Amino acid sequence: MSGLRRLLGAPGGLLGVALLAAFLLAALLAPLAFPGDPQAIAGPPLLRPFADAAWPLGTDRLGRDVAAELAHGARTSLAVGLVAAAAALALGSLVGTLSGFAGGVLDEMLMRITEAFQTVPGFLLALAFVSSVGPSLAVLSAAIALAAWTGPARLARAEVLSIRARDYVAAARVAGMHPVEIALREVLPNALPPVLALASVIVAQAILAEAALSFLGLGDPNRVTWGGMIAEGRTVLRSAPFLSIVPGLALVAAVLGVHLTGEAAVEAQAARRSLA
Amino acid sequence: MSPLLAVRGLSVAFPAREGRVEALRDVSFDLAAGERLAVIGESGSGKTTLGLALAGLLPTSAIVAGIVDWPGLGRAPSAGRDIGFVFQDPGASLDPLMTVGEQVAEVAEAHLGLSRRQARAAAVDRLSEVGLPEPAELAHAWPHQLSGGQRQRVAIAAALAGEPRLLIADEPTSALDTIVQARIVALLARLSAERRLALVFISHDIALAAGLAERIAVFRHGGLVEIGPAAETVRAPRQLYTRMLLDAHLGLEADA
Amino acid sequence: MSPLLAVSDLSKRFRRGDRAIAAVDAVDLTLERGETLALVGPSGSGKSTLARLVLRLVEPDRGTVHFAGVDFLALAGARLRAARAGLQMVFQDPLSAFNPRATVGSAIADPLRIHGLVGRRDRPRAVAALLERVGLPSTLAARSIHEISGGQRQRVAIARALAPRPSLIVLDEALSALDVSVRGDVLSLLSELQRDADLGYLFISHDLGVVNAFADRVAVMDAGRIVETGPAREVIRHPRSATARALKAAVPGLLPAAPEGTQP
Repeated sequence: MSGLRRLLGAPGGLLGVALLAAFLLAALLAPLAFPGDPQAIAGPPLLRPFADAAWPLGTDRLGRDVAAELAHGARTSLAVGLVAAAAALALGSLVGTLSGFAGGVLDEMLMRITEAFQTVPGFLLALAFVSSVGPSLAVLSAAIALAAWTGPARLARAEVLSIRARDYVAAARVAGMHPVEIALREVLPNALPPVLALASVIVAQAILAEAALSFLGLGDPNRVTWGGMIAEGRTVLRSAPFLSIVPGLALVAAVLGVHLTGEAAVEAQAARRSLA
Repeated sequence: MSPLLAVRGLSVAFPAREGRVEALRDVSFDLAAGERLAVIGESGSGKTTLGLALAGLLPTSAIVAGIVDWPGLGRAPSAGRDIGFVFQDPGASLDPLMTVGEQVAEVAEAHLGLSRRQARAAAVDRLSEVGLPEPAELAHAWPHQLSGGQRQRVAIAAALAGEPRLLIADEPTSALDTIVQARIVALLARLSAERRLALVFISHDIALAAGLAERIAVFRHGGLVEIGPAAETVRAPRQLYTRMLLDAHLGLEADA
Repeated sequence: MSPLLAVSDLSKRFRRGDRAIAAVDAVDLTLERGETLALVGPSGSGKSTLARLVLRLVEPDRGTVHFAGVDFLALAGARLRAARAGLQMVFQDPLSAFNPRATVGSAIADPLRIHGLVGRRDRPRAVAALLERVGLPSTLAARSIHEISGGQRQRVAIARALAPRPSLIVLDEALSALDVSVRGDVLSLLSELQRDADLGYLFISHDLGVVNAFADRVAVMDAGRIVETGPAREVIRHPRSATARALKAAVPGLLPAAPEGTQP
């Protein structure tokens, strides 16, 4: 409980948690609040927001409910963000850990591969991947993970190398502990938490990347996406700017929420450690 | 003559999970200009907190009561300018991305209003003063190229660069081996005498302190146990705790 | 009978930039059962590297290490891990020598489990006995390493080193991070344990004052080589090498302050 209090007390923590909670609630409650297909025509086209209580955020060019689209779009953003970040962290941790433990030729090889990935701009990589394989939720997540795993990999390697040189690892060797046990019990549990702290940054990046890909028309065509909504709003930008502005604001709020919460969590963690 | 520094009823506490932790309780003493005072204590004695409090370097969360007055200065002191501080770990107090000359010059430039060129010259003087060989060349070296003892000398040179009246050294030798330790202590004694520089030498080693300081202040659990002339304190301690510290000393006296 | 530890021609070079530096250079030394050999020298003299070579935390370039008559450098894999039981270590900083997630009990139980010395059910009792042996209450076992004082932590480190029933313990500056009031007690604990179990100590230090109080023999190191060896009292009273003389001169004495310090 005191952990949550400290999280909310950290700068930006309250705002972050509030934004994140709104984002999560929208995503989770979308099928209950807006049952049925959000892409179905629901009313008159181009209704302004707050003009009619039945469509609180208005309707788009085809008369689809913007509020319903927004809530269902949050689902897509959240799904891609979480899956991509989890995949990036898993792949990065695995490569970095292997590299840090193995050393020598394997380390050299894995690090060259990591660098090769890093030299290609991540978004271009994802773009190329999606346009050659074809858009679907899984492919999008994979593409974004492919662009984001290098950071965790390098950090995991650095942490493993640093912890391998600590006295307590030497103490475990002196005690006769098996190398596999040293890796699993002494090194990894202490090396991975800083890597996992990257999660919020990667989730935020993934949400943005998904929106950007959808904006370019490479989103999953069977799902509503915020990027797709912004792109569609473009055609009527002069007459109905809200169609681009509303999902744009949602995107900013979601990314900010994830980011601030992550930041505050790291700070709360640091505060707890300094008090101990 | 009024002292350089007068401490009256100084108490410092830090907020903790439950309530607060008292680091210093009602401490009072004077320090004369040019005087060498050793502050002796074990872990948790409050000796480091005292050093930070004197230098005005306490974290903002600290709860402070009492007075630290500077009658000998006649104004509020500023850290760096009037007070130099030397930390235990010279590796951590030097910036790895600046040459040692730049670090010393930076202090001189900031506090003495020197031009960059004058500050560079002053830095070489300070490096020479702390006994570093070939100071003009050494000024271009990076901290990682120096030994621990050399780094601590650079840290002392940087602490002197603002021409302070008081130098606070918090365990400046405990990261060093005994040979280097003896040299650094001798250096501090010489600088104090030559510059009429007051010295607060914080240490856990009462024997080391006795060889350097004119007075010794013994701290325990945040309180001042006793304060008095070094020779007297070592010969005839008034408090049991000081006696215990002296008995725990492992020297070579019996074999000398 | 062969000595407990016999090191011969042990050498290790480290690459620093494009130069190779001899950290340990053709070192010979022996240590008998129940004996305390102090390895003294200034920082960078190679004493810690030498200890890590003996413990096989670092692999030597050349030389031999015989421990209890066994060629220690010829061992590998499971046989090396089993043999490690006999040769333990206590580190300088007791905080960094423990996994931050460990409890006192798990840290001491690990070697008992690894070497199969005590069954799972009897382990808590064995841990309690070891804690009591180093002068700590057995209730400490449940505490986290972070929650106890520095002096207690070093006692836990000693208990962990004792757990696999070693015949040699390397004490790497094991007293220098301790408060003076605690240091005396830990020293007498170490002496008592030595008498009880005929333990050998390889005691690494740069402080001749402590060495004088604790060691039987001294080996003085400088620049990777052993420059002087002999009985502790003799080396300290009549040092022959420049290094030993400098170490002796650097020990602070309880003499009144010299009025004007000058640089030696």
